Amino acid sequence: MLAHQLAIESDLITADMVEVTEFPYLGQKYDVMGVPRTVIDETIHIEGAVPESWLMKEFAKVLGKK
Amino acid sequence: MPLLNEALRKEVRAALADVKQPVTLKIFTQAFECQYCKETRELVEEVAALSDKLSAEVYDFVKDSQVAASYGIDKVPAVAIIGKKDYGVRLYGIPAGYEFGVLIEDIRMVAQGESGLTPETRATVAKLTRPIRIQVFSTPT
Repeated sequence: MLAHQLAIESDLITADMVEVTEFPYLGQKYDVMGVPRTVIDETIHIEGAVPESWLMKEFAKVLGKK
Repeated sequence: MPLLNEALRKEVRAALADVKQPVTLKIFTQAFECQYCKETRELVEEVAALSDKLSAEVYDFVKDSQVAASYGIDKVPAVAIIGKKDYGVRLYGIPAGYEFGVLIEDIRMVAQGESGLTPETRATVAKLTRPIRIQVFSTPT
């Protein structure tokens, strides 16, 4: 699980795996139509299981933000 | 009646055989109005019993709200997987189906404290200067 690997790598990262059928309000809030759906820092949304390099390209977008 | 049958217990025991460092599974549950809280507790306790390096601790989301807050737990059922430190690995909802495999893999990774990520990824992550939360939404299938 890539997100959990990132959490282990960095003390600044927390990674939640969420079983969305038990928390339908989060499914609505984050527009979860298919799984897995990854939400990074509330702003970046990734659909599907993507390779590490792809995820990191998206992840890099949070670096510049405050 | 156990949730894990003998065949699965055997498989999990084998998967956890090379876990050499202690891992604590902190289970957050709630007495009422929580779908799968009871099953999550039972399931995680059964897993914890399959390795002498694992221990399970149960907390009530309401009564132990300070503990829950200290681990950033904002809903239940939840499992925080803690190794020699808290790496920030959390599971929300019952870890069944696909997520059961994630639970077992998380235990192995947290015990080792090793992410297994590529040098490129590590370099990117090292540039972080503020806390980031990643949420991955999944279903049990």
